[in-house]
Amino acid sequence: MSERMLPTQFGDLEPFAATWCLATEPERWAQRLRSSMEELQTFYDAFFPRAEAAIAYCDGFPLDDLPADAERLLQLLHSLLMVSYAVEVWKQPEVIHCGSARIDRILEPRP
Amino acid sequence: MTRFPRPAEGTWTEHHPELGTGPVSFEDSTSPAFYERERAAIFERAWLNVGRVEQLPRNGSYFTKNLPGLRTSVIVARNPDGRVRAFHNVCRHRGNKLVWEGTPRDETCGRARQFVCKYHGWRYDLDGACTYVHQPGEFFDLPEDGLGLAPIHSDIFAGFIFVNLARELRQTLRDYLGPMVGALEGYPFDAMTERYSFRAENDSNWKVFIDAFQEYYHVPPLHTHQLGPTPEAQNPEYEFEGAHYQLDGPHRLVTTSGTHKHHWPAEHLYPAEALTRSGSTGPWDAPDLGETLPGVNPSGISRWGIDNFQVFPNLEILIYERGWFVTYRYWPTSHNTHVFEGDLHFVPAKNARERLAHEYAALTFKEYGLQDCGTLDGTQMGLEQGAFDSFFLNDQEILVRHFHKTVGEWVDAFDRAQPGSPKR
Repeated sequence: MSERMLPTQFGDLEPFAATWCLATEPERWAQRLRSSMEELQTFYDAFFPRAEAAIAYCDGFPLDDLPADAERLLQLLHSLLMVSYAVEVWKQPEVIHCGSARIDRILEPRP
Repeated sequence: MTRFPRPAEGTWTEHHPELGTGPVSFEDSTSPAFYERERAAIFERAWLNVGRVEQLPRNGSYFTKNLPGLRTSVIVARNPDGRVRAFHNVCRHRGNKLVWEGTPRDETCGRARQFVCKYHGWRYDLDGACTYVHQPGEFFDLPEDGLGLAPIHSDIFAGFIFVNLARELRQTLRDYLGPMVGALEGYPFDAMTERYSFRAENDSNWKVFIDAFQEYYHVPPLHTHQLGPTPEAQNPEYEFEGAHYQLDGPHRLVTTSGTHKHHWPAEHLYPAEALTRSGSTGPWDAPDLGETLPGVNPSGISRWGIDNFQVFPNLEILIYERGWFVTYRYWPTSHNTHVFEGDLHFVPAKNARERLAHEYAALTFKEYGLQDCGTLDGTQMGLEQGAFDSFFLNDQEILVRHFHKTVGEWVDAFDRAQPGSPKR
């Protein structure tokens, strides 16, 4: 974890980068389900107040030509939204009343 | 008390007296024998959506589509003249599956001048004609013509590609879709090329899942959290009412109305909704789609929210007032299993902020969709238990009533038309 993953002004979020800079929804979904609520809450609390600034930073570049660190910041924002459902809505990693159901996202735009 | 005008009869259901108002049997969703009849009567005769023209961007583009439960893989290709055609994905020589990558069970897409069978190297052009036979001199009486792929009827409506597995068509696609769905011709579906695709294998009859998505009566009790973050908002006794219901032949429509999320007070929003300006009714900031939008909100309801078109048998098109659309397809694989396909379509995001608004809408679809899927298991089990012969449907469930009646009519009509049928 010596190498910087995120833009320098978001250096305080580096501790979350290795876990949550994930390019696809299936990876983010799996990471949410294997995390504890405490871990999800910690990530959410650290990042949510900075999210608006992070979006504005990413919007400083064309979406199809993001520098690598900005693209990882955008991935982190995707993960924040993934985690927000657990923290804000369900108060648990899993969807309430989802039984044994699963829905797989098989195609999504990139980045 | 009703919030929206209803027909002169007082209810939507009684406006269609042929539907009746009595309890309805769901034996059509639990019987293996009925499943077999349904496949022959409906899925091998109705027009079925297999994709969108945007999946074939150039001449030579193709994709394969598995039709789960129908033992059929289709090649859909745009030929050198730009015409879209469909074929059985089967080599004429020894019946090998012609186009696949990865495993023969996977779907694939790409661009080609010809299709080459992996087994013995026979080749076909994009019009399905056989262009090469390996060692033709070794064969006996190989016909000059007739070595091409087996064509499948196909046609396009508003960019939706449909196929029909019947040998002889009974109706053109346009006649089949009728005036209500047909009015969508010209809606700018083609502007919404950014796609999120989902797939689920569910342990229920296909109709049981369609039923869940053709009424909103279930939303407050099942999706209580969707109503907002506060205990006051999460009222499972909230009374939902569809603003407009419409039937047209085998097809159905429910239109919703309500205060759009972007007008809700902040305390009724989840923080991530406010951050992304998005949620269960999609992104709040609508793209500019032009002045007129053909076919949507046919009753001209104020504060229009969603048009939910149920295109018989297994396609649902949800068109949102905020300028995006969703399609669901349901493919029966046995009397109590089906494959569900959901696709969300947006005008492509121009920046990260728009991307995140789309992402949050796509997340929301899955989170609440999992509640619907999770409930299905239990519904199928309950129906198969046979504790009750029939079930009560209210006026908000008129589309469920119409759907099962239509399925029954198609199956009965098909049975009557079979040789040897006593009713013929």
